Amino acid sequence: MSYVRSEGKLIAKKHSFLDVILRLLPVIIVFVLCISSAVASTEPSAVPAASESTTPWWVWPLVLFIVTFVLGIFAVLGGVGGGVLFVPIIGGFFPFNLDFVRGAGLLVALAGALAAGPGLLKKGMADLRLSLPVALIASSSAIVGAMIGLALPKNVVNIALGATILGIVAIMVIAKKSEYPEVKQADNLSTALRISGIYHEPSTGQDINWKIHRTPQGLSLFVIIGIMAGMFGLGAGWANVPVLNLLMGAPLKVSVATSKFLLSITDTSAAWIYVNNGAVLPMMVVPSIIGIMLGSIVGVRILAKAKPAAIRYIVIGLLLFSGTRALLKGLGIWN
Amino acid sequence: MEKKLKATEEQIAYAKLLDIGMKLGLLILVVTFIIYLTGIFTPHIPVNEISKYWGLSVHDYLKATNAPHGWGWVNLVNKGDFLNFTGIAFLAGVTVFCYLRIIPIFFRKKDTVYGILAILEVLVLTLAASGILKTGGH
Repeated sequence: MSYVRSEGKLIAKKHSFLDVILRLLPVIIVFVLCISSAVASTEPSAVPAASESTTPWWVWPLVLFIVTFVLGIFAVLGGVGGGVLFVPIIGGFFPFNLDFVRGAGLLVALAGALAAGPGLLKKGMADLRLSLPVALIASSSAIVGAMIGLALPKNVVNIALGATILGIVAIMVIAKKSEYPEVKQADNLSTALRISGIYHEPSTGQDINWKIHRTPQGLSLFVIIGIMAGMFGLGAGWANVPVLNLLMGAPLKVSVATSKFLLSITDTSAAWIYVNNGAVLPMMVVPSIIGIMLGSIVGVRILAKAKPAAIRYIVIGLLLFSGTRALLKGLGIWN
Repeated sequence: MEKKLKATEEQIAYAKLLDIGMKLGLLILVVTFIIYLTGIFTPHIPVNEISKYWGLSVHDYLKATNAPHGWGWVNLVNKGDFLNFTGIAFLAGVTVFCYLRIIPIFFRKKDTVYGILAILEVLVLTLAASGILKTGGH
């Protein structure tokens, strides 16, 4: 049982392994179904020739920089990672192949996580003891995911990506968050690993004691999360946070911070697979990283003054649109 | 059960090294990209031709441009475009060094399980970085 805040009161709410599984289930089911149907319908394609374009070469990197700058602002205000917006939007509406978009998406998510990591660790918000076992599983799985993603045909990846993005939208709409989940007793594994802590909550001045439970179930879900992170280059905050918070019972702030830090490890392993397989173009990667980081800085400043509620709906709308676009592109309906 | 109000020694050590590595990596990334754009070092693929290739799958791109994969970029580091991979590799490698930094701390504190977990993570990341793992392409 955990507690959610509603009109200033704490209301008890049950979160079981089943709850979290049920919340992630739409993504997993649609993903598996789409992959299997698309693999069955895939035909071998001829090697396409290099395309000629009349647009000057510098236009797209410049547009990419501007768009990622805006995405950086929206990501902070909408409470999502940059990677989850980057891949479907850039993959859907820019002339870049999805292989390079995913490689760039991973490096964008990685750069953001590396930049946030030191501060989160020093403040004690991200927890190293919680991160290390999770990171080992997620980063190993991300390697597998990256290799699968690069080996699959483009239409299959597009269908699976679209389905995943639509699943993420569903999670964003229906999933609750729990500020301080109640963990009556830490499980044996987390006790043996001494995963627990105290963090200082500046808004209330309180020191919050926390511990976790359902560690084996949580760790097993990170296999799937790691594979999906590597396959699509999305980052994985959208899945990390519900598992850490709702399933394993870590406080929301610890979950969000640990998730962000985890991405710096998970995305590292997947990024290397993309780099080593040639799926990284500096002309895409560098403007994207700089754009999204500058956008994030501006976003944080805006966030300090106001948090327009509409932004969350705009982010959900963007994901819905770009997810549908990827799905239809993969199915050959909207090319 | 051990409680901690402040970040642990290993957490602070990790954070400090990550902070330095991340800043240095981003600096290298920006500087090398400026060098790439200014054309000080001739790129392997001319900048005005890159748009011909970015729509291809990575498999076709490597074939069409004769670009290297794995650590082959090191041999082309005098080319403006592949020079950028120094920053990218640095950013992708900084986590390994952070782990190497905390392994001795874990063992000194007799936290053997976490010491082993950290060693395993280094092995996983090194395997990923090694270039041994290849995909079939499509």
